[in-house]
Amino acid sequence: MRESSQPLAGLRQRIARLAASGGPASLPTQGWLATGHDAFDAAIGGGLTVGRTHEFFAADALDGTSAAAFATLVALRSGGDAPLLWLRTVDAGRRTGHIYAPGIAELGGDPDRLLLVETADPKMLLACANDAVRCAGSAAVIVESWGKFPLLDLTAGRRLTLGARDAGTTLLMLRLNAVPTPSVAETRWNIVAAPSRELEAHAPGAPAFDLELLRWRGGPAGTRWRLDWDKDEQAFRDAALSGAVLPLAARRTVHPLGAEAA
Amino acid sequence: MPLADARAQVGDLAIVPHDPILDHAWLDRLAQGCARYTPLVALDAPDGLILDITGCSHLFDGEAGLIDDIDQRLTRLGMTLRHALDPTADAARALARYQTRPAPDEATAIRRLPVAALELDAEATTALVRAGLKTIGDLASRPMANLAARFGADAAMALRRLLGDAPSPLDPRVAPPPVATERRFAEPVASLPHATRILAELVGEAIAELAERGQGGRHFGATFFRSDGLARRIAVETGHATRDSGLVMRLFAERMDGLADPLDPGFGFDMIRLEVPRLEALGATQLKLEGGAARAVRQGAAMDELTDRLTTRLGRARVRALRPADTHIPEQAQLALPAIDAPPPMPWSAPEPGEPPLRPFYLFDPPQVIEVIAEVPDGPPHRFRWRRQAHAVRRYEGPERIAAEWWRRRDNGGLTRDYYRVEDDRGRRYWLFRHGLYDEKPDPRWYIHGVFA
Repeated sequence: MRESSQPLAGLRQRIARLAASGGPASLPTQGWLATGHDAFDAAIGGGLTVGRTHEFFAADALDGTSAAAFATLVALRSGGDAPLLWLRTVDAGRRTGHIYAPGIAELGGDPDRLLLVETADPKMLLACANDAVRCAGSAAVIVESWGKFPLLDLTAGRRLTLGARDAGTTLLMLRLNAVPTPSVAETRWNIVAAPSRELEAHAPGAPAFDLELLRWRGGPAGTRWRLDWDKDEQAFRDAALSGAVLPLAARRTVHPLGAEAA
Repeated sequence: MPLADARAQVGDLAIVPHDPILDHAWLDRLAQGCARYTPLVALDAPDGLILDITGCSHLFDGEAGLIDDIDQRLTRLGMTLRHALDPTADAARALARYQTRPAPDEATAIRRLPVAALELDAEATTALVRAGLKTIGDLASRPMANLAARFGADAAMALRRLLGDAPSPLDPRVAPPPVATERRFAEPVASLPHATRILAELVGEAIAELAERGQGGRHFGATFFRSDGLARRIAVETGHATRDSGLVMRLFAERMDGLADPLDPGFGFDMIRLEVPRLEALGATQLKLEGGAARAVRQGAAMDELTDRLTTRLGRARVRALRPADTHIPEQAQLALPAIDAPPPMPWSAPEPGEPPLRPFYLFDPPQVIEVIAEVPDGPPHRFRWRRQAHAVRRYEGPERIAAEWWRRRDNGGLTRDYYRVEDDRGRRYWLFRHGLYDEKPDPRWYIHGVFA
């Protein structure tokens, strides 16, 4: 049947073309940002997929540092000298603290790779993030936001994800003090600081993270992990159960059961 | 006089070695300062400045007021000043340097100058004096051709300049930009898209000139002159020298989009000028034949372009790279410098293998006050309250004692800080410090300075 209206036919053709090219999931992946922890990486299909969006939530503002450090370490682990773009609003420094390069160097990362972009407001943050994910050659793009981010709706999220897919960049959204909302992210994590492995004389040890996979497009979600960062090996590893030394807080009774869930 | 003789005559003689380079730098500084009087200041090395005060003297109540002001300022700086005014630069210079007798007017003063004011070589000056020609006036009364035949065309030219018969151009210190193109319009351009197209043409011309020089631009400034006299300058910067007109035009478009006060043609622009004040050497690149390297170069270029674009949109101070600073005061140990011209990376101090991180991931600057329960005088904190939330310390390490940089302070003082790495009962790690020891301060306060991963 002949289309009665010429514009309608054009639209149908465009839709057919779009459908043929497929969504973001149909494109072959260009690699993974691996954590270096074999079981963890295997459980999410190799690591955080390059060319996708990954969300890191810190529901409690005090855990923001853990979420930020996890994203940074995964991105900087990849080696090379590709820059890591970090976008935040100007008031983030007062709220969560300024990104401190000697601290990143202490974790074994290379702070020279960091490119800090500070914007006046969340609207500009989103505009700059759109430009940043479309620029190939970065190790990852970290977008740090605080609280609800109403501008980041499904349309904006999809636009970012498509940009990341086309350029082959990885977008790591840091959502501090926020609760998860529907989004097009490939994986969504909740990150909480975990008690560290105790050193001599009751000294705190290497950074430890409690991770919960809230959502994963490629498989089952809900797995929990407790990892700590080994800066000499530049890899995450299983955190030693600190329960022997110190009882866990009541809300942390969940045992890491990543291997079983995988 | 030899130094030894001088010392014999004056007991407490102060001796300073002559340093022509420092002298020149000082003269240059004085010239910068003289920009307050006129934009056209020329150096007359080694010890002179020439100011073109045409149209400037009324701001200082006339020439006398201007000279008084200069005299006061330079005398305060320890300079001894000789000055002269004349319609031409060479004549003013000669008057300031060679005038010995007062004269009723400038023309007479010039004619009374000794022939040395021509600054010919010593032989020629002696020859003139021996011939009985002792002043400029004596020379000027003779036919110029004889002087030129005997002492060369340069001597005749110098004389004509002194007398004001030949122009004596200034070479002002503020050099015009090395590459500049402009377009004037018989009919004002009132359409912004048209003006942008003309700007693109100007960029193309400037870049063609840059290519001939083997250079690239770091800074491009466009000035739009409106027919009602308003001029608006819009500038963009790049992190690396570039000859890519597309890139420069994209930056200009970005800049114009982001203007809080948009570019308004009004009744039209009657001139657009493009200047490239900052150039750097940039060799020709040939990407197609370099094989594998081409891709890497292009990716780096994409990143540079992103930096340039974000810098243009947000401002220099909003797109930054981190560099180490040589100090142990934590908040001063990193410099966040504009990425567009950050110095090359420097090595950061490598962490100790096997040690947990000793510096926090996020740093508070300034540190935030907390309430702490700790042993007096120098025990670790047991519990603390930060942002209306109580934390019980389960593990701690410290103190790491960081003293103030007394060698940089006028009072040699400053309080010592005792830093503790602590972990609270929920597994969060903080960096706390006590500002001051108990023998430095009666009741030292506690602060939180950072948060560890």
